[in-house]
Amino acid sequence: MSAKQEEIRIGFYVCHCGHNIGKTVNCPEVAKFVATLPHVVHSVDYKYMCSDPGQELIRLDIQQHKLNRVVVASCSPLLHEHTFRGACAAAGLNPYYFQMVNIREHDSWVHADNPVEATEKAKALAQAAVERVAQHKALEVKRVPIHQDVLIVGGGIAGIHAALTIANSFENTPDSGKPPRKVYLVEREPSIGGHMAKFDKTFPTLDCAACILTPKMSEVGAHENIELMTYSEVAKMDGYVGNYTVTVRHKPRYIIADLCTGCQDCISHCVVQPEKSPKLMAANEFNEGLDKRRPVYIPFPQATPQIVLIDPMVCLNFRKGVLTDKCKKSCVTACGEKKAIDFTQKETTEELKVGTIIVATGFKAFDSRRKPEYGYGVYPNVYTALEVERLVNASGPTGGHVVLRDGRTKPKTIGIIHCVGSRDERTHKWCSRVCCMYSLKLAHLLHEHTGAEMYNFYIDIRTPGKGYEEFYGKLLEEGVNFIRGRVGEVTDWAMTPEEEGKLVIRVEDTLAGMVRRIPVDMVVLATGLEPQADAQEVRRIFNMSCGTEGFFLERHPKLAPVNTFTDGIFIAGACQGPRDIPDTVAQAGAAAAEAMALISRGFVEQEPNTAFILDAECSGCKSCIPLCPYTAILFDEARKKAYINEALCKGCGTCVASCPSGSIVQNLFEDDQVFSEIHGVLAYD
Amino acid sequence: MKYSYFPGCSLKGLGRAYEESLLPVMAHLGVEVQELPDWNCCGATAYMSVDEGRASVLAARNLAIAQRMGLSVMAPCSACYLVLNKTQHNLAEYPAMRQTVDRALGAVNLTLKGEVPVRHPLDVLTNDIGLEAIRQKVTHPLRLMGEVTEKAADGTLVRRTGVRPLKVVPYYGCQIVRPYATFDDKNDPTTMDRLIEALGAEVVTDYRLKTKCCGGSLTGTVPDAGLRLVYILLKEALKHGADCIVTVCPLCQYNLDAFHAQIASRYEPVRIPTVYFSQLMGLAFGLPARELGLHRGVVPMPALAGPEAVAAAQPAVA
Repeated sequence: MSAKQEEIRIGFYVCHCGHNIGKTVNCPEVAKFVATLPHVVHSVDYKYMCSDPGQELIRLDIQQHKLNRVVVASCSPLLHEHTFRGACAAAGLNPYYFQMVNIREHDSWVHADNPVEATEKAKALAQAAVERVAQHKALEVKRVPIHQDVLIVGGGIAGIHAALTIANSFENTPDSGKPPRKVYLVEREPSIGGHMAKFDKTFPTLDCAACILTPKMSEVGAHENIELMTYSEVAKMDGYVGNYTVTVRHKPRYIIADLCTGCQDCISHCVVQPEKSPKLMAANEFNEGLDKRRPVYIPFPQATPQIVLIDPMVCLNFRKGVLTDKCKKSCVTACGEKKAIDFTQKETTEELKVGTIIVATGFKAFDSRRKPEYGYGVYPNVYTALEVERLVNASGPTGGHVVLRDGRTKPKTIGIIHCVGSRDERTHKWCSRVCCMYSLKLAHLLHEHTGAEMYNFYIDIRTPGKGYEEFYGKLLEEGVNFIRGRVGEVTDWAMTPEEEGKLVIRVEDTLAGMVRRIPVDMVVLATGLEPQADAQEVRRIFNMSCGTEGFFLERHPKLAPVNTFTDGIFIAGACQGPRDIPDTVAQAGAAAAEAMALISRGFVEQEPNTAFILDAECSGCKSCIPLCPYTAILFDEARKKAYINEALCKGCGTCVASCPSGSIVQNLFEDDQVFSEIHGVLAYD
Repeated sequence: MKYSYFPGCSLKGLGRAYEESLLPVMAHLGVEVQELPDWNCCGATAYMSVDEGRASVLAARNLAIAQRMGLSVMAPCSACYLVLNKTQHNLAEYPAMRQTVDRALGAVNLTLKGEVPVRHPLDVLTNDIGLEAIRQKVTHPLRLMGEVTEKAADGTLVRRTGVRPLKVVPYYGCQIVRPYATFDDKNDPTTMDRLIEALGAEVVTDYRLKTKCCGGSLTGTVPDAGLRLVYILLKEALKHGADCIVTVCPLCQYNLDAFHAQIASRYEPVRIPTVYFSQLMGLAFGLPARELGLHRGVVPMPALAGPEAVAAAQPAVA
């Protein structure tokens, strides 16, 4: 109320925004009109208010004309409210004595065909803002400290790179008196590494994926500032930027991690032996089910951490996941004094406090069975690209020997079908970006391993990347056949004696203008990338948005590509959309930098447009409490009054509207202010 | 259970064996089937390509008669089944088509409101009657006298003459599941597979050509293309060791059965009988072969082992 006691002196500025506004709205006329309104002591038009001279104008006028309120009529407040509030603050005026009028998006752009009416509308909107700003109060921006620890969800190459980047920036000195700062890396699989760990070589350099990834994996495992939580999932997240509380669920490995040395004696002593009891073995997930693993296993040789786990669905000491304790437990005997095996282990949960979160949950490969015309799951020698990655890998199911599913025959001709589940009206419309390049890579590797005649069936070859087009050129020189056309079907019926016993790829060759039948021994489906099956669940946990295709949505496709709409939560890698390793790593670095920027600043500023409850008038009816989407309203049982946690309030105004006694007030949206604004626009004629 | 029955031209002409077997089989299962009075051409293939509007009027008239009777339409011929479905689809999608049809039907005091269920016999048999009811009617499981391989007491495999299941390739043709996959999967239909199994026969499950083109009218117009398609279908069926091909479509049956001489002279002999599923059902129900139109086929069905032969062979198998 103190603001009303001093004389109100409003300065008004109308911006031409070049021709954007000036061509439609008669800006000098608007300025002339506003000058006649009560309390307005200064009213001018200017070409670009957001420019340095424009802002300087505001600063000088505040001093010269002793302005204590400022209104700018220009573009959307989303764009420049921050700019002009800053100009006011620079001149010593509380920034909340500023009001902005949008006469560009709301006026000149939509009424370009009617300059006269547009000018009238600008005047009405200006009058509304002038009447509103007279009611404004000085508000203080609150600072909330940021918790220094970071959570990273997903231990693929994106999560690994982000974790290392941040962890390396933390200088934890024991005698500094401060608590050590930490990065929590949560991965749902038993080992970190993600899809990249399964790859053999990486394009276009053909360097070994494991050779460049595994050192980073071990660095994560050994880093003093990283707490690795594998075989774990985030179940819940509460809080707000700087102060998140995250519940992590640890799935039971039936191995006490701290006691396991990774000696793997339990594995070799398991009663389930591959030779004696092949039917009791389980499909090996890491090798895409191409071979089997034992019930007690370590996912792959370089797994990080080197801790074994027991699969209760196949372990003989369980029956379909339920402990029966009927096995002779030779693994326990083998483990001996270490006593690391614990069949009674249960799922546990843990609560973490972190300030920022990076979500890097990756992608899922398209399920080839959704394209039944390509015969995956019907013809044994139709493979997915990921299966072939394992086939050509020296630590894969065949030791790097490329043989067909019979385990013996080397393929003499191989066809790679591009765009399976990409650029397809019936499945996914998007381009998966990596398939062209990995198909070229697999063509090269398969040819190298088998000497087979190679065919690539493509719609377009897309090679935008450093050295990518050159790699394509190299493949062309290697004699790989490229046939342009989407494959119609893969079948086994023969039309000629040469086709007997082969898989026949039927395709329209759109360059030759004819339908062709290409008999091959092996078909590789270049499956596209799609969102993880539980992406929607993850989206809800972290309060993020998804695009229509289901990938996590960035705040701005160009200018905020790793930010989400929730402050303090960032995304990196293929969970945001299909991308290759270099782009993923770059994005992970960007997300890490964004998180570190918040951490090193140490606090976040909170918009003061929060709601508060007039204690004397609250009847304690609690009707506001369930309506708050941010659970910011609490109830004082002793006094039977509701109160609002300002740190959680996002200023949505729902509670204000719902309060039956009108006892909730929102800063910047007080009744006086809103009604004055409405009065202003309606009083204009 | 009662259905109106739309035979179309084929089941009264070239495909009469289909009608001859289907009607007794339905009667045997206690299903009442009433032929649509004063039915006309379904409007199929040729007419549909020339003038979709007028072809739809023809189809719609049959549907309107069925609606007046208050019955759903059972359409055994694949072409009829597709055209009736397509017409209903067109009427629902395109108001102009609806207008043309309404005007034409109005001229003969007929109306067609909403949709009339159009059912394929396979759909009726598996979803309304049910495989269990069918299995209970089987008195003559489809068996052949032939060579069987058995494991002797000492574990060695021995071959001898005995009773074995008839090995059948199910061939659906293109029209009953595409483009409208009304009662089965459009890429891999299995309704007939299950039906044949219920009759005691062995089904060739990996016959990938089950919905491929039979050549349609190309066997007559462009024999080079048409006969090659038929040849591949027959050759692949033999490659899978089948005793016969079973089909749901009069045109498929004709194409697969009628051109063996030409195919033998162009490619190689690929003789294998092609019959309707209803004929196999009749045999399994013990209906006389003569009354099932089996004598109309070009390549004759092999003689099946009767219940006596099956019974006689039982002890040896057990």
